[in-house]
Amino acid sequence: MHRQLANMKQTLFDQGYLDEQFIQLEELQDDANPNFVEEVVTLYYRDSARLIQNIEQALEKSPLDFSKLECLMHQFKGSSSSIGAKRVKSECTQFKEHCRVGNADGCKRTFQQLKKEYATLRKKVEVYFQFARQIGPVEKACRSK
Amino acid sequence: MIVEGIRGDAENFPVGMRVLAVDDDPTCLKLLETLLRKCNYNVTTTNQARVALKMIREKKDRFDLVISDVHMPDMDGFKLLELVGLEMDLPVIMLSANSDPKLVMKGVTHGACDYLVKPIRIEELRNIWQHVIRRKKVDSKNQNRSSDQTKAHPASGEGHGSPLAGNTDQNGKFNRKRKDDDDETEDNDNEYEDNGTQKKPRVVWTIELHRKFVQAVNQLGIEKAVPKRILDMMNVEGLTRENVASHLQKYRLYLKRISTVATQQANMAAALGVKDSGFMHMGSLDGFGDFRTFSGTRLGNVALSSYPGGMLGRLNSPGNVNMRNLTPSTLIQPSLAQNLSSSINSLGKMNLVLPTSNQTPSLFQGIQPSLELDQLQHNKGTANFTSINNSRIFRTGSAGAALGSSNNLLNSPMSNPLLLHGNTQQPLSGGRFGNQSAPFTSESFNNGVSDPANENWQNRVDASKMHPNTLLSAEPFHSQLPLNGLRDNNSSNGTYLQNNPIDLSSGLALPPFEDSREMQCQVGPMGDVQNMSQSWSEQRQGSGIVNQKMDIYTGGRSSGGASALVQQNGKLVTESIPRSNEDFLFEQPKLPSGLTPQGYDSLDDLVNAMIKREQDETVPNGEFAFDNYSFGAGM
Repeated sequence: MHRQLANMKQTLFDQGYLDEQFIQLEELQDDANPNFVEEVVTLYYRDSARLIQNIEQALEKSPLDFSKLECLMHQFKGSSSSIGAKRVKSECTQFKEHCRVGNADGCKRTFQQLKKEYATLRKKVEVYFQFARQIGPVEKACRSK
Repeated sequence: MIVEGIRGDAENFPVGMRVLAVDDDPTCLKLLETLLRKCNYNVTTTNQARVALKMIREKKDRFDLVISDVHMPDMDGFKLLELVGLEMDLPVIMLSANSDPKLVMKGVTHGACDYLVKPIRIEELRNIWQHVIRRKKVDSKNQNRSSDQTKAHPASGEGHGSPLAGNTDQNGKFNRKRKDDDDETEDNDNEYEDNGTQKKPRVVWTIELHRKFVQAVNQLGIEKAVPKRILDMMNVEGLTRENVASHLQKYRLYLKRISTVATQQANMAAALGVKDSGFMHMGSLDGFGDFRTFSGTRLGNVALSSYPGGMLGRLNSPGNVNMRNLTPSTLIQPSLAQNLSSSINSLGKMNLVLPTSNQTPSLFQGIQPSLELDQLQHNKGTANFTSINNSRIFRTGSAGAALGSSNNLLNSPMSNPLLLHGNTQQPLSGGRFGNQSAPFTSESFNNGVSDPANENWQNRVDASKMHPNTLLSAEPFHSQLPLNGLRDNNSSNGTYLQNNPIDLSSGLALPPFEDSREMQCQVGPMGDVQNMSQSWSEQRQGSGIVNQKMDIYTGGRSSGGASALVQQNGKLVTESIPRSNEDFLFEQPKLPSGLTPQGYDSLDDLVNAMIKREQDETVPNGEFAFDNYSFGAGM
């Protein structure tokens, strides 16, 4: 089971969904903070939903306020990188670049892409956590033995 | 905790090092918190810069280190950085997802002792404690150093080599330079350790002390002001050359900052049209809000307060604190203006105002003065002013208030919370530059009630570090802002005057240096100020008040900003200021004489002190605003 979990994780890394930052988060998880990673990720999704909405609204305006968009995206990028959301982060970077040159279409396109990655990651991570939770208790039991 | 040496857990340092983490992003904040805890630090978090400032100001020794995100909605991280650096002299580390070298440079110039890029790794955090140690060392050394250093440059900033951006930065650099004896830094003298005593009990630069300091510096001339001579002139027992030297260093930085700000402010003011309360809010000004409130209450006191002693009494509380404390119930809350008015009304209450004034002066020094004054004049209600003042005033109250006082006036490099400490955020400080003046004047004053003004002033005072300059520059306003007269008049005229504008100045507790400044506070544009003050005078009769205010300003924060203003106003201020609050009130704003830029050194403290004192007297700022507002309005 553990191996399975490890494999899941490895896949996520291989596919580029997550990066080393995620490992850092895991390392911070300990007895004092047993669900740290999950907590942080949950927090991320909650907070970023708001950001995404803001960006969406901003993208509907016309003409586009690139500096504002860039600013919003900067925040989003910051949080995404904090949890190690690699693909999402790279979409953010691209988005910012489009903003910088004033490419409205590019922004919109990239944003769609970003949302997709974001959603995908969320699902995968949820599955991962669910699995980990299942294993978790087992692990503890073993340890206590 | 332990005051000297390592704060926090001295034995096991860095274990238990008290860190304040500020980041508006909850994910990042949580992560940061956990990382820091893993390093065995004692962590406090907040997602609002304003709250952070408040926490820091509440208890100066509460934290060893601050880590702050650059990008925050309520206040720019750099502004927070400046304020903290100025007011508190705490090491600040910047955090950002953006690794653009330009930003990093900005961080450094604003005084950050480090700049980390997100996502943060724990390894990076494991070493941050070194910044705390380094700073402590620098501080001790600074104290030791004496004249050599100060000589070098009026504003340590000059050293340029090290962007003294923040005081902290300065210190660090300072030390280094000293050793090397070159780098432009100001002192770089070798006197690196004069006494060789590493840790001396920190000298508290009360308003009174600061005022003396500023006076001495002004007399000697900022260029020639060397610690030894200053020390002799001040003639204070127990004060060492090192203390003076290090204070001078800070003061220089402050002045530098103010002048920069002033310029910016001038520009800004023009653009803003002073009224802009936004100014106050600008950037860190937000903090002003707090400040305001703080100032608000303060203002009432300050401006009104009986300038005389009354205020001082209040102010007495540790410079910075005064302001804060004073704010009686945050009169200020309601628009600063209101506060001002109330403050003014309360005349007696606001004593605090003075401290803030300190700040304002600084603010004024900056370009603001011109702006402000103009505004004041124009605005009549120069609410801005008041607001600015208020903020300033409060600020000064607070710990020397980081100019935070929204008053942009404080402009003084926002980074240093300048006097504003007590006050809420130093709105001034942040905004300082450009913003400061604008908002400051316009906002508060218009309130008519001088309260705003007071507030501004107060804030300013705090900001004194920052702004005073701006304000001061305004010298025109010094013209003795009727504020002084206000005080007297408080009762008579529209009380507001009394409290606010002037109080603000006073509040600033500007140390003597601000004298001129105080005047400035109000004065944004010096010329204007004069007019204003005159008008006030007429109104008030009390022109003396103006003087007072001026004092406050100068007193308050003169640091940095003040100098600028002071210079201009110097005349005004100096004249007015020297007086201890009492005088101010009655003194006719000497404004014209030009405020002598007082040297502010540790503006914060001084300013606060000054402010306090000033409170009684000051609030010139308030006055200024009043003019426009309507004196009668009083608040």
